[in-house]
Amino acid sequence: MAASKLEEHPFMQATESSAEALIKVRGLTFRRGQRRVLNHVDMDIPRGSVVAIMGPSGVGKTTILKLIAGQLQPDAGSVTINGKAVTGLNRRELFALREDMGFLLQNGALFTDLTVFENVATPLREHRRMKEEEIAVRVEEKLHAVGLSGTGELMPDALSGGMARRVALARAVVLNPSIVMFDEPMAGLDPIAVSTINQLIRQTNDDLGLTSIVVTHDVEQMSRLVDYCYIIADGRIAGQGHPDELRGSDNPAVKQFMNGHVDGPIPFHYDQASGAAS
Amino acid sequence: MKEAMLSPITEAGRCALFLLRMLAGLRPGPALLRNVLQQTFLIGARSLVIIMVCGFFVGMVLALQSINALQQFGASDQVSLLVGKSLFRELGPVLTALLFAGRAGTSIAAEIGLMKATSQIDAMELMAIDPVQRIALPRFLAGLLSVPLLTAMFNALAILGAVVFSIGVMGLDAGVFWSKLQNGVYFQQDFMSGVWKSLVFGGIVSLVAVWYGFSSKPTGAGVGTATTNTVVVSSVLVLIFDFILTSFMT
Ligand SMILES: Nc1ncnc2c1ncn2[C@@H]1O[C@H](COP(=O)(O)OP(=O)(O)OP(=O)(O)O)[C@@H](O)[C@H]1O
Ligand SMILES: [Mg+2]
Repeated sequence: MAASKLEEHPFMQATESSAEALIKVRGLTFRRGQRRVLNHVDMDIPRGSVVAIMGPSGVGKTTILKLIAGQLQPDAGSVTINGKAVTGLNRRELFALREDMGFLLQNGALFTDLTVFENVATPLREHRRMKEEEIAVRVEEKLHAVGLSGTGELMPDALSGGMARRVALARAVVLNPSIVMFDEPMAGLDPIAVSTINQLIRQTNDDLGLTSIVVTHDVEQMSRLVDYCYIIADGRIAGQGHPDELRGSDNPAVKQFMNGHVDGPIPFHYDQASGAAS
Repeated sequence: MKEAMLSPITEAGRCALFLLRMLAGLRPGPALLRNVLQQTFLIGARSLVIIMVCGFFVGMVLALQSINALQQFGASDQVSLLVGKSLFRELGPVLTALLFAGRAGTSIAAEIGLMKATSQIDAMELMAIDPVQRIALPRFLAGLLSVPLLTAMFNALAILGAVVFSIGVMGLDAGVFWSKLQNGVYFQQDFMSGVWKSLVFGGIVSLVAVWYGFSSKPTGAGVGTATTNTVVVSSVLVLIFDFILTSFMT
């Protein structure tokens, strides 16, 4: 059992010492036109941990995830996964990398022409040689985990926003990938669903030995869920650490964000010139 | 000015690269076959009724005009020859392609554009599924396959329309009608040239549709522009290529 699990996770066959971070981000810089969205961001995501990325809207959290997955190319800096540079991989190598990654997009992005079951089954059909019965079992297991067993025959347009997000969540983890990235998994869910999803993320992460990155706005839930947290403001890491450390931080930006204060260094209004040509 | 001259050329180049990328990844297999057949069914079902109705009326009006003109020379019994030749060589393939562009081409472009706008294409890439292979290729091949089939349907209904008008309304002799058609319309020159044309037109319309779908801006307005461009550009290209092909084949 344990051996076969390891087979499924190439990243788990650690070649380096386990103290080394699985995902290393160094000097990551990314521009949109003249605007510098990210400015020399450094992050270390240890193997087996759940790490949060937080920050005000529009600060570039989604952008970081897309850079890690290699869907965007940085203007400077690098992303390394298990000692292998993501930046500069060609398309085939990137796809090979992503076969072992799960990604929950911010808007869910379910395939509207497929049923819920087929949506969740798509990565399995594509990347795992599994019998139809095995697929059915795995899909049902994941749908059950997000509280949606028995919805397999529905079309995505028959789901509520929160249900669709949970289906997308099931789809993101259906391969049991070694790295999972969740872009706001809790947005638009009721408190019970939020706690359930939280538990689900924690549990799958620990049971299967995954590494998870969660983008979220929910300070309260984040504190319960994660091992480590990065707070981004104005294109840089404003603060990092265990949620408890951050709570006690006297960095003004971190304090403002953790407590949701209006006044502070983080502006509410979108700043067109922020970081431009700096 | 230079910009305006160059942009269609760069666009054409990109589109050609897209075609190459699509064909380079072509892996024949049961999954692709199932996908292509499914799309052919969807596209065919979408277009069949309109093709049949239009074919019938085109056949009627063709017979009407031909009889009108031929009567001046007392040759109205030649009507089936005129109708058959113009239909198989020109009107069948061209009109079917134009109707197909308006009916199926637009919906292909809009569907892909919408998948883009709702990040479904992104999601596919992040799942390590190539959207060009999964989404574009089956639709392109289905269009390639559908247009010749739809053209055959159009032609059949147009002949029926001509029969109804010439024999039913104008009272021409049925035997003369069919024997002229059989003897005067040649398989290779008339019929097959139309089939080749329709194959090319099918390729053009569906390539343009998937290309505009994939290159659309991921917004509502972007999807609208993509569908409009699909109809305009593919219609113009069909008419241009019609002349080129005809001049080579005759
Ligand atoms: N496709 C795009 N084209 C141009 N600019 C973009 C694009 N996508 C994002 N941006 C810009 O990049 C910046 C970062 O966007 P990103 O989506 O990463 O923010 P975010 O932190 O995920 O915000 P939110 O919490 O609202 O999802 C934003 O200021 C946005 O204006
Ligand atoms: Mg975001």
